[in-house]
Amino acid sequence: MTKTADIKPYLRLERYPTIWCAGCGNGQVVGAFLRAISTLDWDPKKVVVVSGIGCSSRASGYLNFNTMHTTHGRPLPFATGIKLANPELHVVVMAGDGDTTAIGGNHFIHAARRNIGITMIVFNNGTYGMTGGQCSPMTGHACKATTAPYGNLDTPFDICKLAEAAGATFVGRGITYAPVKLESLITEALKHKGFSVIDAVTQCPTYYGRLNKMGSPADMLTWQKEHVISLEKAASLPKHVIQDKIVTGVFVKDLRPEYTTLYRRLHEQCGEDDCHD
Amino acid sequence: MTESTRLMQGNEACVAGALYAGLSFFAGYPITPSTEIAEILAKRLPQNGGKFIQMEDEIASLAACIGASLTGAKVMTATSGPGFSLMQENLGYAIMTETPCVIVNVQRMGPSTGAPTAPSQGDVMQARYGTHGDHEIIVLTPSSVAETFTLTVKAFNLAELLRTPVILLMDEIVGHMREGVSLPGEGELPVVTRLVPVKGMKDYLPYRADKNGVPVVAPFGAGYRFHVTGLFHGEDGFPSNKPQDIEYLGMRLHKKIENHKDHYSFFEEYLTEDAEIIVVAYGGTARSAQAAVESARSQGIKAGLFRLITLWPFPESEIERVCSQARAVVSAEMNMGQISRELERVLGKDASLHKVTHIDGTLLPPQKILLKIQEAAVND
Repeated sequence: MTKTADIKPYLRLERYPTIWCAGCGNGQVVGAFLRAISTLDWDPKKVVVVSGIGCSSRASGYLNFNTMHTTHGRPLPFATGIKLANPELHVVVMAGDGDTTAIGGNHFIHAARRNIGITMIVFNNGTYGMTGGQCSPMTGHACKATTAPYGNLDTPFDICKLAEAAGATFVGRGITYAPVKLESLITEALKHKGFSVIDAVTQCPTYYGRLNKMGSPADMLTWQKEHVISLEKAASLPKHVIQDKIVTGVFVKDLRPEYTTLYRRLHEQCGEDDCHD
Repeated sequence: MTESTRLMQGNEACVAGALYAGLSFFAGYPITPSTEIAEILAKRLPQNGGKFIQMEDEIASLAACIGASLTGAKVMTATSGPGFSLMQENLGYAIMTETPCVIVNVQRMGPSTGAPTAPSQGDVMQARYGTHGDHEIIVLTPSSVAETFTLTVKAFNLAELLRTPVILLMDEIVGHMREGVSLPGEGELPVVTRLVPVKGMKDYLPYRADKNGVPVVAPFGAGYRFHVTGLFHGEDGFPSNKPQDIEYLGMRLHKKIENHKDHYSFFEEYLTEDAEIIVVAYGGTARSAQAAVESARSQGIKAGLFRLITLWPFPESEIERVCSQARAVVSAEMNMGQISRELERVLGKDASLHKVTHIDGTLLPPQKILLKIQEAAVND
């Protein structure tokens, strides 16, 4: 943790102000990410940030790395091409919950299955902010959205369980109320060799908060504080007690061969044995 | 020629051409009748240090290719009808971000799942207008196995030179046909590789165009840190919604394709010099058209063939030059008349244009074209 880390060199301050609303949690997630990068002291020339479409996906434009703002739901396959073509690059994907679990859900499970060395940070605010507060696969059951005016009939995903089941080898969840913990989770995820996923629970006061009468941005953070529970504590509690809680911590930390490492081995194998006709 | 003549399938020739041009990354998804391209590359690319990846769908396949291309790799994907539909989204992204890539569509019959192993030329207009928004696109179509090789090399060269996606529009006939070919040796065909900026430039602007209207975009990881976006953007690569920036980029993307037409307006004329009836055909259909023209000649009808190789941008001036001297024009294609509408646009409503359309899932037989030539010879 580097509380005093100077993250300004990683920012394109000339692109400020950001498009994000006052009270939005996206800046807190980006801040945690940049402090993690500062701790790791990675060469910014070797860092690639790929994003999808939506409020949080505008993050890439404000970051002073190799950055790519792609199509809705598709940042992972773009990132897969970058990582496979040049495994020396540190590839990070930033996308919202709609990008990741709705339109990009297929790409998400396949990147996890492949265990390619990419870190995926999901800005999970439970809504489509850019288009004005529509329902996402992460909108809570019975919660309001402009496309769920009577309350959402669906049940949301658990991003961490989804990632784990699909084969991601590092899975963690943090909240914007606890940015220092979020930072250390992201640091661990970045260091991990394989596909790592951070479910960063964040607040959208403008749409989700307003439509669900959650009060001010500070009230939304207080709500997070009141609902958060660590994975360790949750383990000893019955299911009904934790069902409306945000369980945080590291859910998965596995070792399984990373995809580009396997590809390098394939190249070595083809160089020496009977790969050739 | 460094290699003796060998029997080869069109899809195989496409692979050979791609490797000749320097392909180092392929991402794809299996689909008939293009699958052999992926299968052969799955074997060949790891042998020469390249990368092959089978993605979860065609959307992801083109996305992975674009990502890899941004690191400097020469990339290609191959698909067919339904997969080509899925690629339209990221095709637009490649146009907007000026990312070189080659997209092979071995056409099959549609719409929808259609007839997967049946030949068709139904994607001519989709190749032109499939992705949303106003744009130009280069589409090349081969009619033989040997030409599939050379056109694949040219497709890569154009993609690299103009920093744009290039579509190689094959059809099932050419993709699955086997012919004897002698592949050119190293150095026999030019191979173009995109420019990269010199190191240490001050105030580098990734999307500032050179005199040809093409920017010199650095590969990711080479030292320049910049932004790539599918939004309209300024020369610095960052999003802009200023009308002057939007118009400038929109016009530049159009003009860089339009202004270089001379580089890639490929066509072939056969017996057109004294022809009174010109048959316009392309791809696998051009083989039938040539046979029909030869039959017509043997019957004393002065027929000739204008074979389109570049479909888009449509070679208007060449079509006008050749067809305006003829009494009648016969267009032959395995669809309901996608190119014939273009011919009508270029030659005018008064021109004597006879359409041969064909959508029964079989190869367009020479006899069907010959009948139309005979009809034109009698009536016009």
